[in-house]
Amino acid sequence: MSQKYHVIVIGAGSTGTATAHDLALRGLQLTVIERGEIASGTTGRNHCLLHSGGRYAVTDHEGAVECIDENLTLRQIMRDGLELNDGLFVAVDESDLAFKDTFLEGCASCGIPARDIPVKRALEIEPYLNPKILGAVQVPDGVFDPYRFCLSFLATAKKNGATVLPYHEVVGLLMSGQAVSGVKVLDHRTGKQYEIGADLVVNATGPWAGKIAAFANVDVPVLPTAGVMVSISKRLNQMVVNRLNKPHDGDIVVPQRMTSIIGTTSWKVDDMDAIHIPQEHVDKMIEFGEKMIPALRDNPIRGVMAVARPLIGKKSADEREVSRTFAGFDHAHDGVENFVTISGGKTTTARGMAEKISDIVCAKLGVSAPCRTREVVLESYRSYYNN
Amino acid sequence: MKLNLKIYRYKPGSEPHYDTFPVDVPETANVLDAIERAWDDLDRTIMFRHACHHASCGSCGLLVNDQEKLPCVTPVKDYGEGATLKIDPMRNMPVITDLAVDASPIYQRMALIGLPIIRDAETLRADGKEPLPEGLEAFRRFENCLECGLCLSACPVMATDPQFLGPLTLAAAERLLAEPRGVDIERIYRLVDDEHGVWRCHSSFECTEACPYEVYPGEAIMRLKRKVGLRKIKQFFGGA
Repeated sequence: MSQKYHVIVIGAGSTGTATAHDLALRGLQLTVIERGEIASGTTGRNHCLLHSGGRYAVTDHEGAVECIDENLTLRQIMRDGLELNDGLFVAVDESDLAFKDTFLEGCASCGIPARDIPVKRALEIEPYLNPKILGAVQVPDGVFDPYRFCLSFLATAKKNGATVLPYHEVVGLLMSGQAVSGVKVLDHRTGKQYEIGADLVVNATGPWAGKIAAFANVDVPVLPTAGVMVSISKRLNQMVVNRLNKPHDGDIVVPQRMTSIIGTTSWKVDDMDAIHIPQEHVDKMIEFGEKMIPALRDNPIRGVMAVARPLIGKKSADEREVSRTFAGFDHAHDGVENFVTISGGKTTTARGMAEKISDIVCAKLGVSAPCRTREVVLESYRSYYNN
Repeated sequence: MKLNLKIYRYKPGSEPHYDTFPVDVPETANVLDAIERAWDDLDRTIMFRHACHHASCGSCGLLVNDQEKLPCVTPVKDYGEGATLKIDPMRNMPVITDLAVDASPIYQRMALIGLPIIRDAETLRADGKEPLPEGLEAFRRFENCLECGLCLSACPVMATDPQFLGPLTLAAAERLLAEPRGVDIERIYRLVDDEHGVWRCHSSFECTEACPYEVYPGEAIMRLKRKVGLRKIKQFFGGA
């Protein structure tokens, strides 16, 4: 044993970094372990959409309420990393238009500010929108940069004493009887393996959660589901543009910097590391995207990306119907102590996920400090490299 | 499409060398996809930086055949079927292992200038008159500069003067003078008017060549030199 830490967080995506921040604020000593670069897994290859919750307002009330709550909180705590230009839900056909009232009612019941705006006005605001749209609703969507999102949480965690170990891969869990007592890591910088002790280990590895949990012979119901995103070589919208209907493939166009990103699709994968992008999914993105913004087809594709996302649910369920909300698991229920998993969710809800799992961690360790992540303004992402 | 990736390998304490990996990727793939294929199929110990895969995060910068590139937006078809791509880490910053560099020289420089990452977005309309949705003061977006460090890697001055502020930093200073957003301009002038600042640049424009995202640091530094120079002349004659 090299050093005794209170808590080890495995994974430096949005969930792991937000959890590190939460636990560090509560005064715990901790180490974050990541097999590659910060945000190099699911979080990095992100649609970059700071959800208002509008997307889920009709089909997933719980998910939508989580989104608007976290969206409004992030606006307060992440002051230098969000493009906040709101979003539009646009009706392209009669079926979309018929959905408008249901959508507005759904938003109202979830506490999402939504404003029905005249088509003429929407077309003035967003000149590349399909001129044939039949309706438009404004909601407080936003845009983030996933890498800087994670760096902000980690910079703040480091300031509060956390240690971060990138390029360290967990290759086993240390067991003391039926309790986890640390991790065995491969330090990719040196090629050497060593052990790090812990009072408790948090598994925040998204779609890889099952792989880490298997080291302790426990099962987590995480369904790795891939989705394609297509980045276009021109920014064609200022606001996030969504299709005004129930969630569907290719129904969101997120602007970011000088690009517009169309997404996404959904298919089950067995190997989270080997995702092969089907060309028909890329074609579908352009086909669906151009219904909202026709010029998406006229500008060259700059990049195509796909990654596995962690969906919580029964393995037989339809991928899009599985709830996108998160789940925290205390593996004491599986007979393994000092080991918890947090998975599912979205980058938008990372802080809330962190709060939930940190509450579980603190209860298990007997720490009474309350969560403070709603109030504490995060450090600049740049200061991750300054301390 | 078949390619050979000749990848720089280095672990602290051992001699650097190259390993060559044959990979087969779709024609539409970018170089980062090819590196990931080699990692996935052939050697899980290859370390490289990456996150967003669409030129937003700026983390994946490296050298392809000795040229600074963001591999996430560099198409493999630029190199042709059967090509061998020599992949090296960026120059002028410490190598942690393999292709992964310590990005501190990039971020510490940008923190010194303090350029806010959020700027006003350009209008999308040809007539320049874009009305705003109710509730917004302006359309905003992230700055062009990805803080990828490719300009620091390409800069010949950086190789001889590690204290040089660097192209991305000077370009950021020039952006601030154009759109200050509440930042203290006097502090920026003091920072750049220095022997390791704007005057150290000898205008080789390697930075502009390397920049993947239209920051054009070389041109920005030329503008900055004029601004700093004009200000000195004005001050000499007792102006503000």
